[in-house]
Amino acid sequence: MSEPHALPLKAPRPWAKRLGFSVAALLLLAYGLPYSQPLFAALFPLLPRPVYLQEPMAELMWQHIGLVLVSSSLAIVMATLAGLATISQTGRAFKPLMETLAAMGQTFPPVAVLAVAVPVVGFGELPALIALSIFGVLPVLQATLAGLASVPTPVLDSARAMGMSPRHILTEVQMPLALPIWLAGVRTSVVVNIGTAAIASTVGAKTLGLPIIVGLSGFNTAYVLQGAMMVALLAIAADLAFDWLALALHGHTRSADNEA
Amino acid sequence: MTIKFQNICKFYDGAAAITDLNLDVQQGELVVLLGPSGSGKSTVLKMVNRMVSHDGGHIFFNGKDINSFNVQDLRRRMGYAMQSVGLFPHRTVGHNIATVPKLLGWDAQRVQSRVNELLYLLAMDPKQYANRYPHQLSGGQQQRVGVARALAADPDVLLMDEPFGALDPVTRAALQLSLKKIHRATGKTILFVTHDIDEALLLATRIVLLNHGRIVQMGRPLELLQQPTNDFVADFLGRADLGLKLLSLRPIAPHIKAMDGAEPIHTISHTATFKEAISHMATLHVSSLCVVSADGTVLGQVHATDLLETSYV
Repeated sequence: MSEPHALPLKAPRPWAKRLGFSVAALLLLAYGLPYSQPLFAALFPLLPRPVYLQEPMAELMWQHIGLVLVSSSLAIVMATLAGLATISQTGRAFKPLMETLAAMGQTFPPVAVLAVAVPVVGFGELPALIALSIFGVLPVLQATLAGLASVPTPVLDSARAMGMSPRHILTEVQMPLALPIWLAGVRTSVVVNIGTAAIASTVGAKTLGLPIIVGLSGFNTAYVLQGAMMVALLAIAADLAFDWLALALHGHTRSADNEA
Repeated sequence: MTIKFQNICKFYDGAAAITDLNLDVQQGELVVLLGPSGSGKSTVLKMVNRMVSHDGGHIFFNGKDINSFNVQDLRRRMGYAMQSVGLFPHRTVGHNIATVPKLLGWDAQRVQSRVNELLYLLAMDPKQYANRYPHQLSGGQQQRVGVARALAADPDVLLMDEPFGALDPVTRAALQLSLKKIHRATGKTILFVTHDIDEALLLATRIVLLNHGRIVQMGRPLELLQQPTNDFVADFLGRADLGLKLLSLRPIAPHIKAMDGAEPIHTISHTATFKEAISHMATLHVSSLCVVSADGTVLGQVHATDLLETSYV
């Protein structure tokens, strides 16, 4: 039996440790792969080349991260602006349309977006960027709309009745209160984007999906495993980083549960 | 600061919600808009700070048509408190109260001292409460903060829309007394909406009774009780316990008599009303009480027969 009073008063922060571990594992795999020949040779004795060395894994990782950063940033900016536009006088009319689009988009498989983009713009980085940006828009748009809708009506009424201007209400009431839900949408968008960016290798973008594609077409399970581990670790690290961000913002974005 | 309603009309989907309403609110009055649900009392209140627009007639704030003001400037000059409070959940109590003063560009020092002053006024220790978030307060405390926020920039007029409606009876009574004190101390013009007759009788310097968007009767609380203009007024105010309501409006102070013979054992404060005195007598099974002042000095006595046989005119 453990002593109850020996428990720490402050809750431990497991995310910090886990974030550290996953980033360390990611970097170790990315930079240590060329030296792991004996390990993978032992694991896959039948494969003549058990380690993916065609491109340095670290380079693929940074390209993957770059693609995700650019496409996610574009997606977040577009989705957030579109969502915020729905509370303006002129944008209000588009709100039902956007809600439908956002809901519909969630049922669309990411591969389908890529498949549609290629015939339009051809192979390479560009179709990947376009497809990833478009696909990333939907969760953020939905979260922006849901976040704004979550602001209690009495809070908006009192803001208006106190003589706050619409801009003040947006920046000082609606945006801070919508932030936690918005951030959850951004998190979904980015994490899904990391996975989808791997598939983007099929259309010619150099990402961590490359070892997976090469491995699949060449019956090299070790390549598939190495690529998949990299993508998974990257997604986990990003997810944990968002955990940390949400926690850091917690003090300023109290939930509205008391405002019935 | 005066508010004048002139031939005000309001339509919702073609149906008249307010019909030809005329009302003059003078400086320092506490006017209670009283009426059943759907009588239009809230609508009338919200027209004053243009949260609801009026479709016909004019509303004058201090002699100037409210439509001639910048709407945000107008609202910043009127404190507003409502039943659902609407505190900002992401901001501390102090920050919530400071909203309008900050909009008006007060310096930090002045805002800070005003916040403290108001928290003291509403019986909340600033050290303990200023840095709390709304969800860390009870319903009554939240409403206190709501009232403090409405008073923050020392507005000319206070608009209150059933502010105490969602509170338990004890908390409500305490806040009603707080509001009464604030009204006496500041002399602010207050427009107060409620459907609670007792609350109206307690607070109002004048009651405006509304039904179906029209004023049915207005006057001092005593006038409404004694001379209801029609059956609706009499029914709404409560025919059955009309007598008790009248008792609650009359202080015992003018009816204190000098001691003669045996001194009554039980005491009552000299600020009590007829209702409290008679209630006391009923529970204690006595017909007279000894009246004492706040410091315990005996002032005299009151007799049940004197209180009940007093004419109310």
